[in-house]
Amino acid sequence: MDLYLPIANLSVNALVIIGLGGVVGLLSGMFGVGGGFLTTPLLIFYGIPPTVAAASAASQVTGASVSGVVTHMSRGTVDFRMGGVLIAGGVVGAGLGVFIFRLLQSLGQIDTVIGILYVLMLGGIGSLMAKESIQALIALKTGKRMQARKRRHHPLVAALPTRWRFYRSGLYISPLAPLLLGMATGILTMLLGVGGGFILVPAMLYLLGMNTQSVVGTSLFQILFVTIATTMMHAMTTKAVDLVLALLLLIGSVTGAQVGTRLSMTIRPEYLRILLAAIVLLVAARMALGLGWRPDEIFTIDVK
Amino acid sequence: MRAHHLSLPMLALFLSGADEPKLVPDVSQREVEIQYSFTGADLLLFGAIVYPDGRRPDKPADIVVVLKGPEQSITMREKQKVAGIWVNADRARFRSAPSFYAMASSRPIDRIVDERTAAIYEMGVDKLQLSPSSLNDSAELDRFQAGLVDLRQRNGLFVEKPGTVEISDGVLYRARLPLSARVIVGDYTAETFLVQDGRVVAAAVRDIHVRKSGFEQFMAVAAERWSFLYGLTAIALAVGMGWAAGAIARRI
Repeated sequence: MDLYLPIANLSVNALVIIGLGGVVGLLSGMFGVGGGFLTTPLLIFYGIPPTVAAASAASQVTGASVSGVVTHMSRGTVDFRMGGVLIAGGVVGAGLGVFIFRLLQSLGQIDTVIGILYVLMLGGIGSLMAKESIQALIALKTGKRMQARKRRHHPLVAALPTRWRFYRSGLYISPLAPLLLGMATGILTMLLGVGGGFILVPAMLYLLGMNTQSVVGTSLFQILFVTIATTMMHAMTTKAVDLVLALLLLIGSVTGAQVGTRLSMTIRPEYLRILLAAIVLLVAARMALGLGWRPDEIFTIDVK
Repeated sequence: MRAHHLSLPMLALFLSGADEPKLVPDVSQREVEIQYSFTGADLLLFGAIVYPDGRRPDKPADIVVVLKGPEQSITMREKQKVAGIWVNADRARFRSAPSFYAMASSRPIDRIVDERTAAIYEMGVDKLQLSPSSLNDSAELDRFQAGLVDLRQRNGLFVEKPGTVEISDGVLYRARLPLSARVIVGDYTAETFLVQDGRVVAAAVRDIHVRKSGFEQFMAVAAERWSFLYGLTAIALAVGMGWAAGAIARRI
């Protein structure tokens, strides 16, 4: 079933895009991440122009995170204060992202930077997650209880001035730490079309030392609002949001997300984490190979 | 604006004597509308060759049809391996690269006209005049031009179909050219050349308008002009669908 995308200026197979959205939605429901880190590269691989892919993937992440946020809010596992600080940082970061995006575009280096960013972040976070979850698995198998990790924030976070209490997160830290973290994810959202959940969640756990219960809800809450802001910025500046593409992705991903959420309740969280780590590492490896391998297209064309 | 893209050599042809043969060309579609199901179009370019007094030459003439899309100013970038990774290392600018180019001829071009004539009338993807505007040496420009042609050919935006123009009874000709789904909107020109003994003896142009229609047109305009509302719609769509899916799933 071919459908013409009015902004991307090409026709795609609607079922393929819906299926792609479905797979990403499934993962996002299972792991509580937005899944943008998969959507953007897959769309580019399918032949969608990178800018359109990043702009439209952001709105897909919005859709995938809405129902998660609603669920977490009803369970009371969203730290609104922490979320608010993260969002403030995220919106500033997205604004900076617009500027960086344009600069890199004019230099012709946007693709390379996106590739390197993906490899560094996914590689780093993937290995961190893999290490943690393998340790947890070993502890599970040997029946030995793993000694509870001392939950504490990174020394650098403690060095920042002024402190706020974040009750639901169980923290008494400087608001600058989540603000900077929010900014970093905001930039990434703008550049890569990712929600940044795969960075936020580990960073909130390991850098800020938040308690586990409110991490996923709060990160989804921030992702929801930052992707909304990003979609708007793309619509206003790059004008690359393709509504038809976004609609197709959404149909798949909101359905997939529901299935994923149900699945995640039947699987042990330890296995879930190692699975996510494997997927993240796989994407990172593919991107790394892409940087070193001779690309399919040596030449690219920019129309002015 | 309805611009007839007449090149200087073609203009000279129209001013030539009355005893030269004439072309009466037409196309199957004057308007190509891009709609939701647009996957490209097949254009039929046909017409008649009118000889003065109906005298047909002893040696059969040849027909070349060239379909050209709006010209674009482009920057091309070339990836090279730098420190182990592939990055955009070199670039070239062209002021007039056709966004679409398709050519059909009754016989292979090199057997119809010589290099010089082919270059004058831009017959063939390697004969396009791209007007480079950056400081590259000619070897580099050739490399970029070859890259452009290769890329666009694989996207179906540059098409060459030598030997596909059918001429019946020496007076009626027809050619079929594919219009890719990736074409941009704008004014296209279909040029037809009548070639006799390596010389272009008659030429004619037809305009074809490619435009988005209905919903696709509306979307393209909305994204450009009412970008705030457009962005708001995208957000409302995303939030609404996410919410609805969650609400439905809770009932099941």
